Amino acid sequence: MTQSNRISGGQIDRARTLNFTFDGKPFQGHPGDTLSSALLANGVRLMGRSFKYHRPRGPLSAGSEEPNALVELRSGARTEPNTRATVAELFDGLTATSQNRWPSLAFDALSINDRLNIFFTAGFYYKTFMWPAAFWEKVYEPIIRRAAGLGSLSRLEDPDSYDKAFAHCDLLIIGAGPAGLMAALTASRAGLRVVLADEDFRMGGRLNAETHAIGDAAGADWATATLAELASLPNLRLMPRTTVTGAFDHGIYSAVERVSDHLPTPLPGKPRQTLWRIYAAHTILAAGATERPIAFENNDRPGILLAGSLRAYANRWGVTVGDRVAIFTNNDDGLRSASDLQARGVDVVAVIDSRIGGDLLPGIRHLQGAQVIDTKGRLGLTGVTVRLANGKTETIAANALGVSGGWNPNVNITSHHRSKPQWSEPLAAFIPGPDAPPNLICAGAATGQFSTHAALKSGAEAARQVAAAMGRQAPYVLPQAEDAPTRITELWHVPHGKGRAWIDQQNDVTVKDIKLAHLENFAHVEHLKRYTTLGMATDQGKTGNVIGLALMAELTGQTIPETGTTVYRPPYTPVAMGVLAGRSRGRDFKPFRLTPSHTWASEQGAIFVEVGNWLRTQWIPREGETTWRQSVDREVLQTRHSVGICDVTTLGKIDIQGTDAGTFLDRVYANTFSTLPVGKCRYGLMLREDGMVFDDGTTARMAEHEYVMTTTTANAVIVFRHLEFCRQCLWPDLDVQMISTTEAWAQYSVAGPNARKLLAKIVDQDISDAAFPYMGAGSVTVCGGLRARLFRISFSGELAYEIAVPTRYGDALIRKLVEAGAEFDAVVYGTETLGVMRIEKGHVAGGELNGQSSALNMGLGKMVSKKKDSIGMAMSQREGMNQPDGYRLVGVTPVDPAASLSAGSHFLDIGAAPTAENDGGWLTSKVYSPHLGCDIALGYLRAGDQKIGKRMRAVNLLTKVDTEVDIVSPHFFDPTGERLRA
Amino acid sequence: MLKPLTALGHEAPQTVTIGACTITERFDLALASVAVRRGREKDLVKAAKTAGLPLPGPATFATGTPYSAFWITPEMWMVQAPFASHEDIAAHLKSALGDAASITEQTDAGVRFDITAPELAPLTERLTNLDLATKPDGFAARTVIDHLGVYLIKASGTDITLYGPRASAQSLLHALEVTARSVV
Amino acid sequence: MIINHPILGPRDAQEFVYLGDASLIARPDGLTATPAEMHDYVYLRDNPAGLHRELWYHEQGDRSWLVVTRNTVTHEITQVELARDVARQMGRST
Repeated sequence: MTQSNRISGGQIDRARTLNFTFDGKPFQGHPGDTLSSALLANGVRLMGRSFKYHRPRGPLSAGSEEPNALVELRSGARTEPNTRATVAELFDGLTATSQNRWPSLAFDALSINDRLNIFFTAGFYYKTFMWPAAFWEKVYEPIIRRAAGLGSLSRLEDPDSYDKAFAHCDLLIIGAGPAGLMAALTASRAGLRVVLADEDFRMGGRLNAETHAIGDAAGADWATATLAELASLPNLRLMPRTTVTGAFDHGIYSAVERVSDHLPTPLPGKPRQTLWRIYAAHTILAAGATERPIAFENNDRPGILLAGSLRAYANRWGVTVGDRVAIFTNNDDGLRSASDLQARGVDVVAVIDSRIGGDLLPGIRHLQGAQVIDTKGRLGLTGVTVRLANGKTETIAANALGVSGGWNPNVNITSHHRSKPQWSEPLAAFIPGPDAPPNLICAGAATGQFSTHAALKSGAEAARQVAAAMGRQAPYVLPQAEDAPTRITELWHVPHGKGRAWIDQQNDVTVKDIKLAHLENFAHVEHLKRYTTLGMATDQGKTGNVIGLALMAELTGQTIPETGTTVYRPPYTPVAMGVLAGRSRGRDFKPFRLTPSHTWASEQGAIFVEVGNWLRTQWIPREGETTWRQSVDREVLQTRHSVGICDVTTLGKIDIQGTDAGTFLDRVYANTFSTLPVGKCRYGLMLREDGMVFDDGTTARMAEHEYVMTTTTANAVIVFRHLEFCRQCLWPDLDVQMISTTEAWAQYSVAGPNARKLLAKIVDQDISDAAFPYMGAGSVTVCGGLRARLFRISFSGELAYEIAVPTRYGDALIRKLVEAGAEFDAVVYGTETLGVMRIEKGHVAGGELNGQSSALNMGLGKMVSKKKDSIGMAMSQREGMNQPDGYRLVGVTPVDPAASLSAGSHFLDIGAAPTAENDGGWLTSKVYSPHLGCDIALGYLRAGDQKIGKRMRAVNLLTKVDTEVDIVSPHFFDPTGERLRA
Repeated sequence: MLKPLTALGHEAPQTVTIGACTITERFDLALASVAVRRGREKDLVKAAKTAGLPLPGPATFATGTPYSAFWITPEMWMVQAPFASHEDIAAHLKSALGDAASITEQTDAGVRFDITAPELAPLTERLTNLDLATKPDGFAARTVIDHLGVYLIKASGTDITLYGPRASAQSLLHALEVTARSVV
Repeated sequence: MIINHPILGPRDAQEFVYLGDASLIARPDGLTATPAEMHDYVYLRDNPAGLHRELWYHEQGDRSWLVVTRNTVTHEITQVELARDVARQMGRST
């Protein structure tokens, strides 16, 4: 296939040829091409089918505003649907496929929708798929999803990676056209730290698409020279292929850099894209402007483009869309397209100018006061029907039509803080409104200053202002450039005929749809958008919105500013989900925290469970065990029979020191700690200020002014935060210092009748009951002098200790404990066994510490000291939280030992109906107790303390389980605590 | 005696080289936090001076002999000393500072990585939101790297030190490695 | 957002944890407060459209609690103080 539509000139490297395919057919292009420019060069105008009517479509534009030319790029897992061919940088081996057509792009079965268009008007879905309700998910949605929508996902995991990065600057310049380049030059010469970002792979903006001179050079050459100077400056960072997608508070901008999208695959280790978080003291928005079309019948045929895009293809890429080109314009800029194309030797057959008066273009058939009223050509434009000034119609053979309805300044980012754009009557366009993000200045065409001179000047002036704000001088000299005025006469749509005239080509929204929306009173701009889908999807109405708005203004008899505009939100252009996730996905979703015994446990084949970021041993199966229950039952029985070891490093540890540490603890705990003797520890209950239980744990007094607090694993971070709040905000002058030491110590629980015998082999000091009694705590040494901490505390109900050594020795200690425990048949147990033993003992944990329960609910009401003020004490005394029929912690066993219990089941009286009124409470935690040989549970039961011994039912309507249960004491095991004190 | 392991779980510290970037685990330093007790600033400053312990201002790391230190929060510093001579660093500091300070052993709370590269900026700007280019040598701050709270010290234009949570040493190293590979 | 930390300078709000109304500093004494006073302290907050003094905790930084005066409409931050200093100014001590 030859590049039949390639003409001379352009910023492409003709010395090199790139091979690519579209729908399987091979084509050739050059470096510097986009997929769109290369296809057009090869005479391909048809690139896709429309969303609703499956109309044949080609590119409308040459940039990121493209509504039509959406293709699937690449194949396999790297398939990317809905990619705009107009910004897809061509590379050797690129494969592209058209979308939303079957069986082929040229013959699409669903183009029948086009014939049935009278049914598919605005609100079609709302009106049609109303009933029966059951049909929605099963029938309607699958049909709609297949018919509508554009590209499809590969459903394979994205093989690429994405980075996140941070940049800091004095000045962020968005857009590297004439305004942005001049601003960058001025600011960076003044010594400012500048970031210049542009979505294009070739910086220069419209200078690359125009033939204007700047000074003595062509605009594109001036841009190249300027970029070369900027690249040499250490205080300026050029970021091509980088779209600034959003403005956030206090000068934070998001930007997506397409690092590898122009390569077949990313280089090894490199990300596909990088999400930048740019911290900018100041910002200049020089995002340029976007041309808009005019609505007329059948204005969506392949070959009909924006006039400025038509000349961009010619000037930048050396491509003409057709060999007989017509232009339809309501402004002077459209005339420029005719002149430029003619200068490149393209046959410009007519300029249809809706205006009357002014100079006629030399050497071109310039039809003033004329309008395009219809077009011909099923799969591509063949002719345009023109109504001349004298009212006669004429059909002109043409295979390309450039349409210009004027230019919309790209104000999008100014709106990200909800600033409303302002209507400019002379420009017939929205310009940036007040209340743009602080420290953001607009320059160039983004402000509606469309001439090259005005762009250069406003860019330089904006940079000078920023420099002045930072206390620097920034003189500048402007090069000579054209300064043509903007002349436009509003024309939004050509009122003619009964056919459809497209406004929003991506969503197939036509003039008729706007009229229908008005008729049905969806006239408010926000209603209009949602009723018709105007301005939705990947292009966000960059070309169509203003026309839709203008039309609604006409219909309602309001002005355009009265009609308003929808506010732009981030992102400016579509953003791949992957880049928002960055590296945080799959195994790297979050970092892991590994316990000191992790390596040893892995060697034993331990099963791990995620607890927050921690990986804890859940149980350790032994050979022959086929279910987790077998392992857990063994671990429990072995611990209760002899001794078990468990890694409890994950519990939060907070070192609290200072002469007021005891006072501080008295205020943050419901019970008292200032009276705790040195060398002892105590169970502590922490309340929230509303009186509910916040956390619990044991706290040890290591020295007169030195405590070590433990928290639950889950609450370690928020307890520390809370303590800092108390220390800094409530009692700022208490002498208290705190720091977390959770990870500094490897801590193991050693529990069971033989715990002391085992530890005595390791601890250097005497740990007899007399020397180290129940609830003792202190510094010891192990294995011949290594500093360690020992706490005689128990979560299991057994004689138990927790032994801690500096973490680096944690691996060696678990091995040592196992080795020393061999003679006692010691077992290492995991969190499941921990859970079984704590429930057997009636200790509260996750299911009971649910944030909605008081100390009284837990049977710990007496722990709340009323002799002192502490967080939550006052509120815990509220009448409503102290009712005799409130929830109380109870134990539960099934009447039939073979029956199973399930957590979440509700208590009901025998014979009571399962209704909310009869609900007595619920089972909070349930395990199988190998000690009792049946399921046991803890639960909150109304007036539960008065119902011990009662028989009730545990009912779970979800799992349809209804079990008779006995309400018992929550202390299933050793209720008097003899084993603890052994 | 028990055999110690590094945070990465090895007997000796590891070094990873990716392009011109070197990431080295350090295992030869003891750490403790030192916090001044109420009204004891003068006592602490005096004792610290005698002990060879610098007490730098906010966001700063200062070297000394035998102790170096960086500021971590108002009235609190993280102090480091050679592990070989100061394994029980808290005991050393307690005897030097008395009850003017609250001292907590932190040696094994963290994993330390020293990172060296001729051009650090491409790496650091993908790891942290701190504007390191404008910070002087000796700048020290807590920051977030790969969701983890990490102390970062800018030793020089080509060297930084990270103290991350020890339990996440492998995750942190993984994040450093993939980032280094993406900028080589 | 950027919070200009009184000690550390501008830091990204992502490093902070938000608690809410700075009136939480004015905690009544639990032994002497009436139930109504305690109720108001625990549950009643102003929700102004405009300047709001609120508590932020620099969890991923130096652990300082800050009182940030922020315009809830524009997000403009007009003042940042150490909560400890604010508490002392309010007469809180030990």
